[in-house]
Amino acid sequence: MSAPIETSKLHDCRDAFVSTLEALGEADNNIVAVCNDSVGSSKLGNFRDKFPDRLINVGIAEQNMVGVGAGLANGGKTPFVCGASPFLTGRALEQIKADVAYSEANVKLVGISAGMAYGELGATHHSIEDFAWIRALPNVPVIAPADRIETAAAVKWAAENEGPCFLRLSRVGVPDLLPAGHVFEPGKANRLREGGDVTLIANGVLAHRALNAAQLLADHGISCRVINMACVRPIDTDEIIAAASETGAILTCEEHTIFGGLGSAVAEVVVDHHPVPMKRLGVPGVFAPTGSANFLLDEFGMAAESIADSARELLRRKG
Amino acid sequence: MSPEELRKIANWIRKRDLQAVYEAGAGHIGGEMSVTDLLTALYFHTMSVNPDAPLDPQRDRLVLSKGHTALALYVTLAKKGFIPESEIATFLKPHSRLNGHPNRTKVPGVETNTGPLGHGLPVAVGMAKAAQLNGDSWRVFVITGDGEMQEGSNWEAIMAAAQFKLDNLTLIIDHNRLQQGARVADTNNLAPIAPKVEAFGWMVEEIDGHDMKQICKALAPETTETGKPKCVVAHTNKGQGISFMTDNVAWHHKVPNEEQFRQGMSELEKALS
Repeated sequence: MSAPIETSKLHDCRDAFVSTLEALGEADNNIVAVCNDSVGSSKLGNFRDKFPDRLINVGIAEQNMVGVGAGLANGGKTPFVCGASPFLTGRALEQIKADVAYSEANVKLVGISAGMAYGELGATHHSIEDFAWIRALPNVPVIAPADRIETAAAVKWAAENEGPCFLRLSRVGVPDLLPAGHVFEPGKANRLREGGDVTLIANGVLAHRALNAAQLLADHGISCRVINMACVRPIDTDEIIAAASETGAILTCEEHTIFGGLGSAVAEVVVDHHPVPMKRLGVPGVFAPTGSANFLLDEFGMAAESIADSARELLRRKG
Repeated sequence: MSPEELRKIANWIRKRDLQAVYEAGAGHIGGEMSVTDLLTALYFHTMSVNPDAPLDPQRDRLVLSKGHTALALYVTLAKKGFIPESEIATFLKPHSRLNGHPNRTKVPGVETNTGPLGHGLPVAVGMAKAAQLNGDSWRVFVITGDGEMQEGSNWEAIMAAAQFKLDNLTLIIDHNRLQQGARVADTNNLAPIAPKVEAFGWMVEEIDGHDMKQICKALAPETTETGKPKCVVAHTNKGQGISFMTDNVAWHHKVPNEEQFRQGMSELEKALS
């Protein structure tokens, strides 16, 4: 992996989500989709055309949407409850807690256009608190796939395994990173690049940016490990401890506030098991200004060059 | 089962509930007394449920959305055979599965974990939708408090149930006119409830929620209307059956002292004779 990541071919993970859901729906008529009027933004038009009875649109009513999902699960269905992530997780958080997590209902929550995918629409439409909110709840794996391959694998895993989960999907194009045929396993990270001087841990739309930063560092003789940590909970403790002990420094990158997200989850493991210097990149606890998702990620220090600069700064602290 | 037999069961449930609240030193006795006749009719007359197969896919479902009256549900489930009657004595004790609010993963017969208000009806809508998709004949019942209807999520669910034509869904509003701190009318008045729900496309019936004949009739499948969910506004009294608790806001979750406990038990005993 010495060449820069190919970014000329970018894919919207929502397409992988819906095509996988349609294929699963063909094979199992208990698979249903529930949405809050978001047929278009969740790209569920094809699913509706194929299975008109099995797209349950409750209208603009997120609390009801999540409760209905829990009831469908009680009745033997496997509901994929889809909505814009800020509204699904923010508006219906108590339903997610009581009806889904605490009740251990077989509900697959799908946060669409998460992170800052809605860019210019502003902070009301950004979902940069959802890792923190959902990972605070027992029983709900929190999954942010890095590309369309991992998205498809995670959707397949969700359908095949009883219990709740939260899939956090962006609409921002990302290149393919994982090998074809990748199998998703909760709590299992993927090492995208080997390295011994420092480790970058990222997920979602940040994974390819981290890989590009690693290449920039390699050009300057710094060997950088890159880990794709799709699962924020359960988190891959072994992989984090290995990164801490073998590389001695960890830099996290996430499309989320740095309060309570991926960086915090990694830091918890590092502090408990193998303290090393760390830095957490993300949204620094502010409501973002106007701009596209990619502009905002650059603005908050997560362009490949900026990530590389943060890694160099971290290396100086390694001593 | 005859109304007279149902009244006897409800009386037993009230006494066991009162004793458990007295012994545990906690509970929501006012709302438990108001909901007991409804629970009794559902479990001993209307619903098809089997304690030996609590997860039978074809079972009827009850969601107790007013989850704070969990004890009344536990006593009913025990009487029906879902849990041992002896277990009621563990109510609220450390590590008891009989928590202050019902938990489906621990207590057989409980369908979803309730507690925060305004959750049960949306879940019940999802259940009824699942049965509709399958073409199954099982029915879904949900009991809310009247104060609970102040939660906006209920009205989201009411709209959806009408849109989906869920005629297998029955909402029972335990209309005891009191919420935790005051009269519903003095807090955020819902009146008139029935025409409001009717205006949302539901069939609505108002009954005396302590009259077994009326309850059983209102819950019978032949009194539903094709293509419409049904709402039963059950006029009840908080603290029903115990004179000093009846319609008294102080008894939302007050615990009787020994004298009050004895008087309550005595009144319930006499009610049968």
